Amino acid sequence: MKSIENKISHRQSSHCESGVVTNMLNSQGMSLSEPMVFGLSSALTFVYLPMIKVGGLPLIAYRMPPKSIISSVCKKLNVKMKSQKFSNPDEGMKALDKALSEGKLVGLQTSVYWLPYFPEDMRFQFNAHNLTVYGKNEQGDYLISDPVFEEVVTCPAEDLKRARFAKGVLASKGLMYEMELPKMAVNMEPHIRSSIKKTARMMNGLLLPFFGNKGIQHLVRKIKTLKHKPQKDAALFLGNIVRMQEEIGTGGAGFRFMYASFLDEAATLLNDDVLFEISKFTTEIGDLWREFAMKAVLFCKKRKNVSIEDVATSLQVCAEQEAILRSKLLQWSK
Amino acid sequence: MKKEQVPQDSCKSYDGHKKLIYAVDDSGHYQGVQSSGWEVEGFATEMAVQQLEEQVNDMKVALLAGDVSPIAYYMPLFRFDLMSLAHATGFFQWQIKRHMRTDIFAKLPTKKLKKYCEAFNISLEDLIKPVMKE
Repeated sequence: MKSIENKISHRQSSHCESGVVTNMLNSQGMSLSEPMVFGLSSALTFVYLPMIKVGGLPLIAYRMPPKSIISSVCKKLNVKMKSQKFSNPDEGMKALDKALSEGKLVGLQTSVYWLPYFPEDMRFQFNAHNLTVYGKNEQGDYLISDPVFEEVVTCPAEDLKRARFAKGVLASKGLMYEMELPKMAVNMEPHIRSSIKKTARMMNGLLLPFFGNKGIQHLVRKIKTLKHKPQKDAALFLGNIVRMQEEIGTGGAGFRFMYASFLDEAATLLNDDVLFEISKFTTEIGDLWREFAMKAVLFCKKRKNVSIEDVATSLQVCAEQEAILRSKLLQWSK
Repeated sequence: MKKEQVPQDSCKSYDGHKKLIYAVDDSGHYQGVQSSGWEVEGFATEMAVQQLEEQVNDMKVALLAGDVSPIAYYMPLFRFDLMSLAHATGFFQWQIKRHMRTDIFAKLPTKKLKKYCEAFNISLEDLIKPVMKE
């Protein structure tokens, strides 16, 4: 089999979706950072949906739903995106081969579970992972830039097919996408301002108590009720929050550090000291989230000096500080 | 978080890999820093993995005792829960719960069994008579 290797600049990222967008655009000549992509798409948020259970535990997320980063950034930067889904897996693989032979980089949405290069303890049934295919070797294995990995990887065709067409929640149905750069460079400043404004507005939460600050407060109240539950149940509940915040590629503190990095870069770009101060404040908030995670795990380890009240209070502090951050961001983006 | 404070706790779950974390230098500006893991995060991951392993072991015992069908054993083994398995197979959650009963499972037509084979990526023989690793 003839091998294909299209040009890609693979840079490790914290998060798969912002990483794929960054790598695909930079490979074609742009110079974006992952935090810039994340910030521009207003992806930062907080979600606590107690009625949706994943493995028996409530859904908790620190960012907007899958695909929103890709679509929002492409729209803002005038990037032309072509995406396709397939009902027949073999056709989906053929279309991938065809695009590769035309010299394109192809973004894919896949399941994590069926990708053999993932470490065993990180494989779970999650269908909205993103990666870029940039070629195929002589054995017929695909050359992949998976943004959360240090280096590029390879994946046998059969496994990649299964990962693309895994059925289930958020099933990708073989979703593949290509990106084409705009002819004219885009002025970032207005986009930075509007995306910060959007994030700030969302931070208070919508009418329902599941999003933004209201969501965090809701979770604080829920944690307080855990003292009536057996230790093991409480530990699993808190462990789940910590995993969503730290384990699932967030760049630390549930994307708060990545967002602070975006504000830092934007401040430099706009030569804006006020925004740089806000970036520093966001870093402090990230540190508070890490402290909360630490307290939660200390409780799980049954350390006597940490009570469930302490854990709840620690999260309450995050909520209070984020309310202040919100007003700062609103003030700045007015 | 300062870049010197980025934890390097060599988490077991990372399997030798490193993740990218964003941290600040002395002047407060950001850069990406690789981390081999944070003990706090590692603890939470291992707790979740252990919980899954416990479920698999419980179901293995129940399966050998003839109390449940292979579906109940395979579901946690492949890290599904009722909701994700329902989405992956097209069955309702209450149907899957029924299929976990040995008497109901024994009467399932091949067509329905195949849906489970597809979700778990195993053969029909393995679905009906699970080969269990120690």
